[in-house]
Amino acid sequence: MKVVPAQPAALRLEGVSMSFPDGTRAVHELSFEVHRGEFVTIIGPSGCGKSTVLRLASGLLHGATGNVVVAEDNLGYVFQDPTLLGWRTVQRNVELFAELRRMPRAERVRRGTEALNLVGLAGVAHRYPRQLSAGMRMRVSLARSLALRPQLFLFDEPFGALDEITRERLNEEVLGLFESERFAALFVTHSIYEAVYLSSRVLVMSARPGPLVATFEVPFEYPRPGSLRFDARFTALAGQLSEALREAHA
Amino acid sequence: MRAVPPCGPSRSRPAGPSSRSASRRQARTEYLGPLVVFAGFIGLWYLLSGWAIDSVFAKPSFLMPPPHRVIAAGFLDNSMIRGQMLQAVWLSAQVAFLGLAIAIVAGMCLAVLMSRARWIERSLYPYAVALQAVPILAFVPLIGSFFGFDFSARVIVCVVISIFPIIANTLFGLLSAESGQHDLFTLHDASRRQRLLKLQVPSALPSIFTGLRISAGLAVIGAVVGDFFFRQGQPGIGRLIDVYRSRNDNAEMFAAVLLAATLGIVVFWLFGGLGRRAVRRWHESTGQR
Repeated sequence: MKVVPAQPAALRLEGVSMSFPDGTRAVHELSFEVHRGEFVTIIGPSGCGKSTVLRLASGLLHGATGNVVVAEDNLGYVFQDPTLLGWRTVQRNVELFAELRRMPRAERVRRGTEALNLVGLAGVAHRYPRQLSAGMRMRVSLARSLALRPQLFLFDEPFGALDEITRERLNEEVLGLFESERFAALFVTHSIYEAVYLSSRVLVMSARPGPLVATFEVPFEYPRPGSLRFDARFTALAGQLSEALREAHA
Repeated sequence: MRAVPPCGPSRSRPAGPSSRSASRRQARTEYLGPLVVFAGFIGLWYLLSGWAIDSVFAKPSFLMPPPHRVIAAGFLDNSMIRGQMLQAVWLSAQVAFLGLAIAIVAGMCLAVLMSRARWIERSLYPYAVALQAVPILAFVPLIGSFFGFDFSARVIVCVVISIFPIIANTLFGLLSAESGQHDLFTLHDASRRQRLLKLQVPSALPSIFTGLRISAGLAVIGAVVGDFFFRQGQPGIGRLIDVYRSRNDNAEMFAAVLLAATLGIVVFWLFGGLGRRAVRRWHESTGQR
């Protein structure tokens, strides 16, 4: 899979700065682009404004200076919490967005079922969220966004609360979805390995708001096998990233 | 070769019969507790009416008739009294149910209105609180002179007494939806109506039913006590209690009180059950210790 630079960016930030009413500066002079078929990850210390970038890109947060350009309004957003509605079954949770957009019932059901199949949860469609494990809930949350077939996918540390094995499995699933759906992805994480494994490009933000401190191109071709994580080149890149991150902390 | 250490499934097997006996034990305590307390209650009543009222408090024993006399005087001996009492409690039940129904609809509408904007809440909520604090019974004669002393005036008193918990709990529930869930609705351009019906109302259901249970009890109190103060019109169970009291028919009075309490318990139990049914499948805290 190759990035075609001639395509308009799915998401473009140009000199974006954002301060909160209390004077805290969250983002300062930030610029980058995410193209269709690109998986871009932002990594950086806690409180560096990573989540703010996603909230700005999604339109949940307003009041930034500079330009935030989103090519389409059809975007998927996966939060750190699954944020499922406890009173709805899994199936009805996955249909939520289609319902809010007033799609006809048959279309809703078709998309919901399809999305559940994509994350391998067709078997629990009629359960309630509280009956599922944490990993399954996260997959329902993924499916909920997938149902609208978004062109741009935002992920806000979606797997931070999961155990290591579940996290790796879900990484592989997200990667599989990315490889088949070819959306543009902007992913926020604390995990270096997650960043390298998933991304075509990794952006490093520093503890103090400012421009990016480093950008890493990740040279591995998609589709990527799980065994890539044990490749020497993978480890070397993770090492470099770790070093850049240490500088960002300082 | 080493023996395989016991793992999950093999350890859970002997749990079968033991868990069955545990559930039997649980069922036994489930009924035993209430039975013991009930027996204690009846015993205490006999103790008071047969001994303490005379020997400790030095009062005439007719003031506190024993349980069997209450049952006999109220429900067995005299069919006229029984008819009178059942008719009265039926009237009070109608007042309570209609009053509660109006309180639910009006209270929820008010809460929805208050949840729309901070300024509406700030303007209206103090009066909702005041409504609860005002000794409404002082106004019973006034309400009676406006609306007559029949059914509708009693329903009004009942509504005023029972509406606050509905307003407070519904409002609290409507505002308790998680901000992450609100974000989902914002992201997909949900209308206010969609946000209310698909997010806020469902997440408010558990606390709405808590309010409902409290209000159900208050509605019965409103119906009985309001009736007590009306002194005119067709008698409900409250008036009847007053009449028996003034005639020193204490056995009948106790029977009427029992009937009023039963009405309260039935209403409480009905709405509690309704609430549990509505949220049982998904709400985490339902019935758990």
